[in-house]
Amino acid sequence: MRAFTYERPNDLDGALQGIAKPGAKFLAGGTNLLDLMKVEVEAPQHLVDVSRLPLSNIADEPGGGLRIGATVTNSDLAGDRKVRERYPLLSQALLNGASGQLRNQATTAGNLLQRTRCFYFYDTSMPCNKRVPGSGCAALRGFNRIHAVLGASDACIAVHPSDMAVAMAALDAEVEVRSAKGTRRLKLADLYRLPGNTPHQETTLAPGELITAVILPVPPAGRQIYRKVRDRASYAFALVSVAALIGIENGKVKAARIALGGVAPKPWRALEAEKLMIGNAASPDLYGAAGEATINGAHGHGHNDFKIPLAARTVARALGDAAAQNKG
Amino acid sequence: MDNDRLTRRGVLGTGVALTALHGTAFGQTAIPQTAPPATPPPSDVPPMDVGLRVNGADHALKLDPRTTLLDALRDHLGLTGTKKGCDHGQCGACTVLIDGVRRNSCLNLAVSCDKREITTIEGLGTEQAMHPMQAAFLEHDGFQCGYCTPGQICSAVGMLKEIKRGLPSAVTEDLKAQAMQVAEHEIRERMSGNICRCAAYPNIVAAILQAAGKVPA
Repeated sequence: MRAFTYERPNDLDGALQGIAKPGAKFLAGGTNLLDLMKVEVEAPQHLVDVSRLPLSNIADEPGGGLRIGATVTNSDLAGDRKVRERYPLLSQALLNGASGQLRNQATTAGNLLQRTRCFYFYDTSMPCNKRVPGSGCAALRGFNRIHAVLGASDACIAVHPSDMAVAMAALDAEVEVRSAKGTRRLKLADLYRLPGNTPHQETTLAPGELITAVILPVPPAGRQIYRKVRDRASYAFALVSVAALIGIENGKVKAARIALGGVAPKPWRALEAEKLMIGNAASPDLYGAAGEATINGAHGHGHNDFKIPLAARTVARALGDAAAQNKG
Repeated sequence: MDNDRLTRRGVLGTGVALTALHGTAFGQTAIPQTAPPATPPPSDVPPMDVGLRVNGADHALKLDPRTTLLDALRDHLGLTGTKKGCDHGQCGACTVLIDGVRRNSCLNLAVSCDKREITTIEGLGTEQAMHPMQAAFLEHDGFQCGYCTPGQICSAVGMLKEIKRGLPSAVTEDLKAQAMQVAEHEIRERMSGNICRCAAYPNIVAAILQAAGKVPA
């Protein structure tokens, strides 16, 4: 690990001052940042520890949504009574990620901003455009079984590893961001960039900006589900995951939300597939068609070709399972 | 550092790479490796004052900010019960309780734990007065080599508290239920962050069930 200086400011203003120092980074749970520092993929010169700032509340929003503080741990969020009752797919997504110990440590904002688990990003002896812009992508012709089939580029085929962010994408979450300039809100969908030729630029956050909260709007009426396909039953990243919501009225689909994990450089919202479903008779055929629409334009890189049909089938299965769930 | 020295890690790494190349198309990028540098780069950052409260005792330490809680416990306080397995939060051998909550000590900076209440395996019980979880692991042979055991036991103690306060898991059938069950499938899921390479899992599960009062001792 490279040397760094450390501070733990008492308030938000102190944190926003601290981050102005050269090479500074925020530290919250540290489950990803500290890990990357150990292999020197990350080498901040200064750490601003925000883990004890008063950002760990979960509170009702006026109008019915939910406001989740940036440092709420994954465990506390998954176990929150309001989340379990109103946003069960978010609880499920969180509980399907990482391990008990990691969920007790990892924070909401840190989870959103975690880096890819692409092997070549972690291996500093290999080319990686995300780690060293312009050095090339070793995954393109390497071991790319875990890599992206949607939204990738010739410069980078890494996937975003979060489960939580997939659920939040399906729920139309917004992100509240603070900086020395003030507060702004953006849609979670607008937080992430696709890699294009600049895979090292992963988000639209400006230097010095700190995520302070995630806001969930009232979800559409319907049944929610999170389905994750992985190499072992617990404690593994998704090969494909699906966050789905389906609202059915008089046999017809009134609301549909579909987001995928494990297949793209960001939580992947399948808007076309959602549109295709609205107003049509809820049926296995419709769920299958939605699955097929999800993989429009997908392409594999050899080892990960299997993810394309797997994604289509997991979407169909998730929608069917959600529709079959008991109401309530 | 002597670069010519043949290391165990190097030998193993070469073996993996050769095996991988046998089974793959010509010209493919070699299997990636992840290894931290053998010695930490030098630092001119002065040590920081850190107050660690471990097993009820206060310790005033001066630490390089890079020091993890795990290394502080083992190398600075001599509490070697907590084990270093992967040092990347993947194996759970370093699990301790921080303010009563199970966490990986390898993924916490010691400076971040300033004034927190740390409980390690040494603080759970003694040979004369074992914690019920320790006694249950002994009775059920919940280990073979024993390296993962302190982490397993600390994790199991933290895990039962999570069940008690009603935290669901990925295998909980009814997410909205108030009370959570202590059951084998729940324990297996909730303990997945603790790897046992001897695969003593059946006995670990039995020990935890006993310590939770689910089966007669």
